[in-house]
Amino acid sequence: MRVLEVHGVTIESRIGGHRRTIVREFDLSLDAGETVGIVGESGSGKSMTARAVIGLLPPGVSARGSVTYDGRELIGLPERELGGVRGSQIGLILQDPFTMLNPLLRCGRHITEVLERFEGGRVSRRARRAEATRRLAEVGIADAIDRYPFELSGGMRQRVAIAAALAGDPKILIADEPSTALDATTQKELLALLKSLQEARSMGLVLITHDLRVAFAVCDRVCVLYAGSLLEVGAGAALEAEPLHPYTLGLLLSEPPGDRRLAELASIPGAVPSPDDVAQMCPFTPRCRWAAPVCGAGRPPLALVSPGRSTACVRIHEIRESMRETRVVVEQPAPIRPARPASRLIEVEQVEKVFEGAVGRRGGAAVVALAGVSLEVGAHESVGLVGESGSGKTTLGRCLVGLETPSAGRITIDGIQAADYAALSSGDRRRLRRVVQIIFQDPYSSLNPVRSVGTTLREAITLYEPRSRRVGEEVEALLAKVGLPGSYAARKPVALSGGERQRVAIARALAVKPRLIICDEAVSALDVSVQAQILNLLKTLRADLGIGYLFITHDLPVVRQVVDRIYVLHRGAVVESGPVDAVIDAPQHPYTVKLVESMPRSSPDWLRDA
Amino acid sequence: MSVRGLALFVLRRLAALAVLLMIISFGVFSLLYLAPGSAEQVLLQGRAVDAATRNEIREAFNLNEPFLQQYRLWVSGAIRLDFGESIRTGEPVLNAILNRMGLTIFLGLYGFIVAMVAGLSLGILAAVKSRTSVDRGIVMFSIVGASAPPFVTGVFLLYLFAVLLGWFPAFGQGEGFADRFWHLTLPALALAFGGAALVVRLTRAGMIGALDQDFVTFARARGLSPRRVLRAYALRNALIPVVNAGALMLAFMLTGAALVEVTFALPGIGALLVESVNFRDLPMVQGLSMVLATVVILVNLATDVIYLFIDPRISYSETTA
Repeated sequence: MRVLEVHGVTIESRIGGHRRTIVREFDLSLDAGETVGIVGESGSGKSMTARAVIGLLPPGVSARGSVTYDGRELIGLPERELGGVRGSQIGLILQDPFTMLNPLLRCGRHITEVLERFEGGRVSRRARRAEATRRLAEVGIADAIDRYPFELSGGMRQRVAIAAALAGDPKILIADEPSTALDATTQKELLALLKSLQEARSMGLVLITHDLRVAFAVCDRVCVLYAGSLLEVGAGAALEAEPLHPYTLGLLLSEPPGDRRLAELASIPGAVPSPDDVAQMCPFTPRCRWAAPVCGAGRPPLALVSPGRSTACVRIHEIRESMRETRVVVEQPAPIRPARPASRLIEVEQVEKVFEGAVGRRGGAAVVALAGVSLEVGAHESVGLVGESGSGKTTLGRCLVGLETPSAGRITIDGIQAADYAALSSGDRRRLRRVVQIIFQDPYSSLNPVRSVGTTLREAITLYEPRSRRVGEEVEALLAKVGLPGSYAARKPVALSGGERQRVAIARALAVKPRLIICDEAVSALDVSVQAQILNLLKTLRADLGIGYLFITHDLPVVRQVVDRIYVLHRGAVVESGPVDAVIDAPQHPYTVKLVESMPRSSPDWLRDA
Repeated sequence: MSVRGLALFVLRRLAALAVLLMIISFGVFSLLYLAPGSAEQVLLQGRAVDAATRNEIREAFNLNEPFLQQYRLWVSGAIRLDFGESIRTGEPVLNAILNRMGLTIFLGLYGFIVAMVAGLSLGILAAVKSRTSVDRGIVMFSIVGASAPPFVTGVFLLYLFAVLLGWFPAFGQGEGFADRFWHLTLPALALAFGGAALVVRLTRAGMIGALDQDFVTFARARGLSPRRVLRAYALRNALIPVVNAGALMLAFMLTGAALVEVTFALPGIGALLVESVNFRDLPMVQGLSMVLATVVILVNLATDVIYLFIDPRISYSETTA
């Protein structure tokens, strides 16, 4: 039975008289008990689509077209009547568990307030509370009813949010990136929970995600959205077996595989355009290697290829064979040739770091971030440090560049005792900075927004070569190394995309010609296609300049692509280490086993063994 | 935070209050001691008297004692709530203050309530109707309010409502609650205007920020009524800066309403302070500064306690007292 029908929905924003298209003519249908995925990168308009369905677009954004729920048109429905649909017919959960719950309300209250709203007749407070307890138990939480959100972990909060969203027993749940902000192991548990709730309640589920593998594992059908346009729709398994749009293929290939290392990831060049720039053509044309004049001749409609399968690629019949071949070639594994390092560059011995309890907090007990970690990184070597949030991996990275001082233990970098940067002579400190540099996760906050790219790079160069007279040329050379045109020197960070900013951050680290770069989740904030570009860039730099990496990440497939050895960090201690292939293919420690199992796989049984 | 924890916190803060009062009283005492002009000159007002009379006066106000001894004598009196006698009137300082306190508290609370009610409701309205003409009108009003000094507003209100329209009396403080309420309306409005403007701005900014939060979207997505979303979600989360400003405003209104009191010829604490400073009535100034300091500190303590009830994430440990 069809419960939701979205037809020809166009979403526009209008700010200061400036009109901008966000989504163009979006279609979606959902049957009772069905799971449909909407997959897209940032800027594709997927979150706005979710909000448009339930009438919760931000101010200045409006939708036209048709959204029918149960035969009733929702677009244009007055706010008062929409209130009767939201929560009780269609539910929505958002991405960030840390901002979704009211910080001032107890968890149970988030549920009882919804119960109050939708119950007929008088219900006693006690009965309502009992019901809230039952609802929390349904999402696997035992004793959180009287706790505040800030007392719970991200995964727990997301569960509370799900219970709250389902408190009005909606027939459809829209989940907007529900697991993206969570750790790998938590993500898998949460998706399994969502899937089981959906089956138990035979509820319709719309899952919005940027991760194709997650969509394939959870959804019956998948829609691929790009720059506000639907490019392909099909059953998950069919889409995975053979994508029928070059963009879908590109997405699939840019996703680093967890089971092997590729010589080079098939990245998609460029970045997602704004929908208005590609209004009169196939939106993927500027980045498509199969683009032909016909692609720019008009906006292609979604056309049926086979039952249940449609694509917006007008050339699909001509290029199908070529797309197949590409996939076979690209997915060839590449052997890892670990360069057995001649000398040690970094040696970490029994490093401990304890953070004292936060000032002004009752019971703010000391937190042990690192409990005696030892590791080493050789010259020219690339090493992974893998762990989830709270494992201490970032703390260790910060200790290596002197942003934190270990409570105990020794750190030796290039023969210098570097545990306490403050105790070093200024000469030694300068030498260390030329050995080790760091790149952070968020390229939006790691560049000074008021300075141009050129100024940022010049500063980094002259700090270590104050007498250099060819600074301008060096800036250009640095930009060229990271694949940016020299004209970017004049730009401010705000005019750059996320991937471009991260390239600038890499260029800044390269300015002092370091021997090792610490990459602290350096690609995890980027879209997959851009992530692949940056990973390829890092590989090239290593091959050309002999730079080593300490790659700090939670993402096993990513780390497999760039490092030779890994250390697995759990609660401040190394639980397993070894060559990256050996550790991921045959994990020994139970925690590593759990991590490996939580890597998303494109099949429904990924969630079954949760 | 437990009841016991809360009680401990309040007790610690009250102990801190005592220490703070000691420091403030010593500071004020020293400043007055250093200030030119002494009590006997004030009393004699330039008349020539013989040395014996002069000495008598100096004895009466302990002016012959060394500085620290003078302070010690003052403290030992103050502990027994004896702040000495006014030089100007001979009336005990405490009595004079208590006699005038009632009017100031009435006026201050009246102005505070008006400012909070008007400020909060206009601020909420502006945020909900953000970027419309309603919003722009309210913002404009708040700019006017923030930039108009209370004595100007006071004179304007007097002229409009007392002289031209004759709705409210132009002076006097009224007898009994209703009459006093009527008499103090214009002064309270003059006092509230600037405060309301501040509360409008903070409420509006806080509400716009809160309405933009995920938790508000999520609350609406669950079908909660707009009223519930506005109150339990947006307003409560926007309240912390408003409470903070409200406390400052209350302290100001209870202590610094001098301009308004003088404008409306009301014999309150503020007016008393102005008179006493002009007259160099040192015991009175000293006593008044103690009372005002106590009010400010107590209002701040109340604010910190209110925070605890608004935001469960706040807790005060031993180190913050």
